[in-house]
Amino acid sequence: MIQCKTSKEISGMGHSMKRKEDDRFIHGKGNYTDDVKLPGTLYMDIVRSPYAYAKIKNIDSSEALKIPGVLAVITGKDLEQYNLHWMPTLMSDTQMVLPVDTVMYQAQEVAAVIATEKYIARDAREAVRVEYEVMKPVVDPFKALDADAPILRTDKPDKKDNHIWHWEVGQKEETEKIFQEAEVTVKEQMHIPRIHVASIETCGCVASYDKVDNHLTMYMTTQAPHAIRTVFALVAGHVGLTEEKIRVISPDIGGGFGGKVPVYPGYVIAIAASFLIGKPVKWIEDRSENLQADSFARDYHITAELAGTKDGKILATRMKVLADHGYTDASANPSKFPTGMFSIGTGSYDYPNAFMEADAVYTNKPPGGVAYRCSFRVTEAVHAIERITDRFALEIGKDPAALRFQNFIKKEQFPYHSPTGWEYDSGDYEAGLKLAMKGIDYDNLRIEQAEKRKKGELMGIGLSTFTEIVGAGPSKDFDILGIKMFDSAEIRVHPTGKAIARFGTKSQGQGHETTYAQIIAEELGIPAKDIQIEEGDTDTAPYGLGTYASRSTPTAGAAAVMAARKLRDKAKKIAAYLLEVSEDDLEWEPGKFSVKGAPEKSKTIQEIVFASYTNHPQGMEAGFEATHYYDPPNLTFPSGAYICVVDIDSDTFEIKVRRFVAIDDAGHIINPMIAQGQVHGGLTQGIAPAMYEELIYDDDGNILNGTLMDYLVPTAVESPSWETGHTVTPSPHHPIGAKGIGESPTVGAPPAIANAIVDALKPYGITHLDIPITPYKIFKALKEKGVLDKNIVES
Amino acid sequence: MKKEITLKINGEEFTKEVEPRTLLVHFIREDIGMTGTHIGCDTSSCGACTILIDGKSAKSCTILAVQAAGKEITTVEGIATTEGVHPIQEGFKENHGLHCGFCTPGMMLRAIELLEKNPDPTEEEIRWGISGNLCRCTGYNNIVKSIIYAGAKLRGDELPSTEPVFVE
Repeated sequence: MIQCKTSKEISGMGHSMKRKEDDRFIHGKGNYTDDVKLPGTLYMDIVRSPYAYAKIKNIDSSEALKIPGVLAVITGKDLEQYNLHWMPTLMSDTQMVLPVDTVMYQAQEVAAVIATEKYIARDAREAVRVEYEVMKPVVDPFKALDADAPILRTDKPDKKDNHIWHWEVGQKEETEKIFQEAEVTVKEQMHIPRIHVASIETCGCVASYDKVDNHLTMYMTTQAPHAIRTVFALVAGHVGLTEEKIRVISPDIGGGFGGKVPVYPGYVIAIAASFLIGKPVKWIEDRSENLQADSFARDYHITAELAGTKDGKILATRMKVLADHGYTDASANPSKFPTGMFSIGTGSYDYPNAFMEADAVYTNKPPGGVAYRCSFRVTEAVHAIERITDRFALEIGKDPAALRFQNFIKKEQFPYHSPTGWEYDSGDYEAGLKLAMKGIDYDNLRIEQAEKRKKGELMGIGLSTFTEIVGAGPSKDFDILGIKMFDSAEIRVHPTGKAIARFGTKSQGQGHETTYAQIIAEELGIPAKDIQIEEGDTDTAPYGLGTYASRSTPTAGAAAVMAARKLRDKAKKIAAYLLEVSEDDLEWEPGKFSVKGAPEKSKTIQEIVFASYTNHPQGMEAGFEATHYYDPPNLTFPSGAYICVVDIDSDTFEIKVRRFVAIDDAGHIINPMIAQGQVHGGLTQGIAPAMYEELIYDDDGNILNGTLMDYLVPTAVESPSWETGHTVTPSPHHPIGAKGIGESPTVGAPPAIANAIVDALKPYGITHLDIPITPYKIFKALKEKGVLDKNIVES
Repeated sequence: MKKEITLKINGEEFTKEVEPRTLLVHFIREDIGMTGTHIGCDTSSCGACTILIDGKSAKSCTILAVQAAGKEITTVEGIATTEGVHPIQEGFKENHGLHCGFCTPGMMLRAIELLEKNPDPTEEEIRWGISGNLCRCTGYNNIVKSIIYAGAKLRGDELPSTEPVFVE
């Protein structure tokens, strides 16, 4: 049970307060980017490449320009005149805004048309004629480094291969030695597939440049409005768009999941068009464009190995990654590590040696990647460690739960220093797994499974006991273009005791308008309903780095606490003045200061605030406002224990998730209802790559499932009824002990599901299946094992 | 060549000239200016544009505006009454049935028809009933709960608890 320190009226932390933002959404009054209407708006549409790798021989715009209402067709050559045809990526690579001579992936932007109406822009797009000279693309990342592979980045004069970077961490020699001497070693090759966030709102913008004032207002689907403003200023400062002349407004966002962190070419082209024409230009991409061209997630090929003893002690792990980044490394990765947080891959287990290495390559695929509802690259790491741990349990014939209990980092070992260099802040992994096992009735499930196996029925139980790493992040390891990853809060309390608070983050459905208000209510005792939260306008909000990597609560949430505490200190001084006592004689309860031993002598926070404007002590600054920029001392390390039960039809191999119990530990919880909602959503985005989603390319680099007809986002039917709970292990370094919750389930669910399916197939000698695990993959694997009666299968 | 059409949206009559190829969803959003009906795909897969046409739910991206001539359309802007919110709106708010809110209008309008046809649906029937509407945020648990709540409210039954339930 969650204990609340404040009354329901105040609704501080721990109250399942109904969301303040919901009223506008249930009335259809949300204001998303495509809802923004400015007078004189022009519409942009984009001509895209049908080929994965081709030279552009000619672009003929003449027919398009004849259509009434078409104002311009913009090509890479046009942008080249302003040196705007390339832009930097966050990974110090470069990305084309529009190509001058070569297209590098199917669906890449080739030209943009600007017209007075949406439908006319689409007509014009179809009328632009582009001649290509098609080249053989590099699609398979394993062939990208072959000696005879074409070198893709010919724009980089010194580039002699398709290798981007190498990264490694850990104890290479020690790990090698342990593997040579270990009683047991296991190894699996796994692919974490290329997937897409597919937020229901696609990306888009309205770029509105005012020629008279030389001022750009940019309404856009971005998770990080301030950082984007700075990026725009860096890209376009040389043509006069300096940072004070740019206002980025991120209105309501229809889901982000990392996909709305990058700067896509469409945004930049829309700005260029508005800059040249002097009118607002709206660009809203189609779903197919979104799936085919916007940043992918994952696409890691991992060789995972584990060395241990016969009785189940893990001694070391080794992971080797081949990362397919598409034609440029445009990762939305705020860390100084090219693999993001992949080095969390030693998981929840205590062993001193590990070695991880990764190499990234260019291919003719869209660039990326983005997180897909996780701290960048955590999901890949967790999948690898949780799968190889299960593989180890299988090898030595030990129950996977018992094996985890044996190897867990113990509660008293925190802060725990992992072999890859992290300091885990806190955790109680045993408590989580015990609760999950009790919740799902683990022991009886194993008995049921044994009975079913005798009858040849396929039932599997899968575990995942993972450690997340969120809240980017401490300035020593995290920055975007050198800007450290702090975040901010500014609180202004009005004379009548109501408040507005502004933040550098940006909610995309997380419920910040409610949870931030609850944090401030907890600290100041002002009812959460009286606190208006505002984000997403760079002209009004303090500078911040945005919302992703579950960082809002760990950073901006902490900033809100610190700003509120500055105000409480001020309130105490005013209360002492009003009550004519020393500050030491006062005690605080949510909402008022009273005199120790004389509780009838008190001042409410509202009275104190009013006095700060009307009757403040001499020498004290008037008003009741505070701002704080919070640079977290460490990341936070939420954890979870998930157990999944699957039944697989032995004729069709249809997989049914019968039950899924998720126990999360995110430290102190601000709003249990919202936290649970985040877990539900994250779990469905966990089952998605585990069973349904993968972007598939053929040998020519054609995407085979680039629409929602064939890219399988789970519906309510595929999504099981989730059962969730929590343990509470506060973060010792966060001012309210909170850790972040929105992404843990996306990270923890896929291995639980994969482990359950592989467990169901254990009697048939199957040790691993790559996600997404489909009925066909099971059929194929069983057939390869010679389990299936060929006549039945082929009839 | 534009064509004149007359139709009712949320009880109000509109007469407008439209290009015959104009999709109904674009007509509602751009010509009428009601932006509560959303667009989430280009293959009629996501259901964000779901509205009611003569009381039946329909994806307004699959219908031309000219086909809707003479029809009565209900969008999210038209479901609340002067007395207050529609039970489905109350259900979604009370049960945390929405996060980003983008799929919510379509989801609610689909649920209104579902509950009209089947006033007391099982969880399974609700899940199949909304399987033409995608949500990327909520994981559907609380959408199902919201629709169960709205069903009870519409039937006049005792309302189910809206408190979150945890494994303990």
